[in-house]
Amino acid sequence: MKGFWHDAVEFFPILMSGVVLTIVVTIGSLLLSTVLGLVWAMMRVSGIKVLSMLSASLINVIRGIPIIVLLFYLYFVMPDLGVTLSALQAAILGLGIAYSAYQAENFRAGIEAIDKGQIEAAQSIGMGWWLTMRRVVLPQAVRIVLPPYGNVMIMMLKDSSQASTITVAELALQGKLIASSTFKNTNVFTMVALMYLTMSIPLILLVRHFEKRAGKK
Amino acid sequence: MIELKDVHKSFGQNEVLKGITASVQKGEVVCIIGPSGSGKSTILRCINGLESYDRGEISVEGLKVDRDASSIVKVRTQVSMVFQRFNLFPHRTVLENVVEGPLFVKREPRAQVLERGRALLAQVGLAEKADAHPPQLSGGQQQRVAIARALAMQPKAILFDEPTSALDPELVGDVLGVMRKLADDGMTMVVVTHEMGFARDVADRVLFIDGGIIVEQGPAKTLLNQPQHPRTQDFLRRVLHPL
Repeated sequence: MKGFWHDAVEFFPILMSGVVLTIVVTIGSLLLSTVLGLVWAMMRVSGIKVLSMLSASLINVIRGIPIIVLLFYLYFVMPDLGVTLSALQAAILGLGIAYSAYQAENFRAGIEAIDKGQIEAAQSIGMGWWLTMRRVVLPQAVRIVLPPYGNVMIMMLKDSSQASTITVAELALQGKLIASSTFKNTNVFTMVALMYLTMSIPLILLVRHFEKRAGKK
Repeated sequence: MIELKDVHKSFGQNEVLKGITASVQKGEVVCIIGPSGSGKSTILRCINGLESYDRGEISVEGLKVDRDASSIVKVRTQVSMVFQRFNLFPHRTVLENVVEGPLFVKREPRAQVLERGRALLAQVGLAEKADAHPPQLSGGQQQRVAIARALAMQPKAILFDEPTSALDPELVGDVLGVMRKLADDGMTMVVVTHEMGFARDVADRVLFIDGGIIVEQGPAKTLLNQPQHPRTQDFLRRVLHPL
């Protein structure tokens, strides 16, 4: 740990540029996985057999493929099929798709936890499927879904480091590059770890807040 | 205005309705009594399409009830339902519960609906609870909100599915009082209930259901005071004199 503070000051700007990309990848794939996860979950509970089977098999396929393979596929294989993505696009798309499976299962559990009487009450005042979802089921499901959703956010922040495998210069890759050119492995990776931790702590506190609120109801 | 013709309904192997034929006239209060599992609630749930039925026909104001047709929305906006467990929306305030249907299903103007909602809450004695959330209310208060929610749809009839069965005994009276006032105002009501006093005093007609068929029906006082069928006699004896 010799000269840690000296190195910290020197490498900080480079690592910060990695932090920015880490945040971009995390937020991008979080948004994408949330939207896709909602779509899969709605298909699953739609009561339409074709849709719910399609969603179930999609989720299983996505769940069965490692994130890193999904990333390689999008970045290295898609160009052969005529679709060229930038590394950042491929990373957000890959992580977003990979996490949509877990989001979908989380959302579905939340939706199915809503008392059937709520749905009947909504129907009895003439609400159709979509209005029932929007006005009655989803607002109540959010409370149940939020704590696990917060955990997904934390996992996503850390898994964004896998984007380094397809050349996205986020925090982990920046750290690796500095370490391999300066051989200051200890100092550099300690800094990288501390920076991930610093970004996780607000999310951890957020999850705790969600859990408290969910417990109150 | 509500017609049932030879309605059959099974849950799997279990046939719960074995040919129900009945009708409810405008302004009439009909109570349905009978042992649990006899199919009373299923009849109500079929009338507004919460359950499908296998055979026969149900119509409301000449409109066939078919839960898979888009016309079911029209049926449900004309026939409201009050549930045993209230089923209020816990994430919305009392007033929001009441105006939800008129605002989002019937798309009536907001100011007018809010005003009507407040008036209905006053009518059921809960004007001061408009901004509370349902879990903060007692069961009896929640059920009165549920009645206000049903009324807000300006229905032609209201179906009550054992509205007082989940209440503490001392809260039953408030709910029955509200229902009696509705009946006096000429609302068409079909009430599944175990409250024989309410049936006797308020209902025009009582149907006794057992084993999925209407065993006996008639004017409330006649049926409850001089039941003809042995099964009716036996049921009423058990309910009125449990010891």
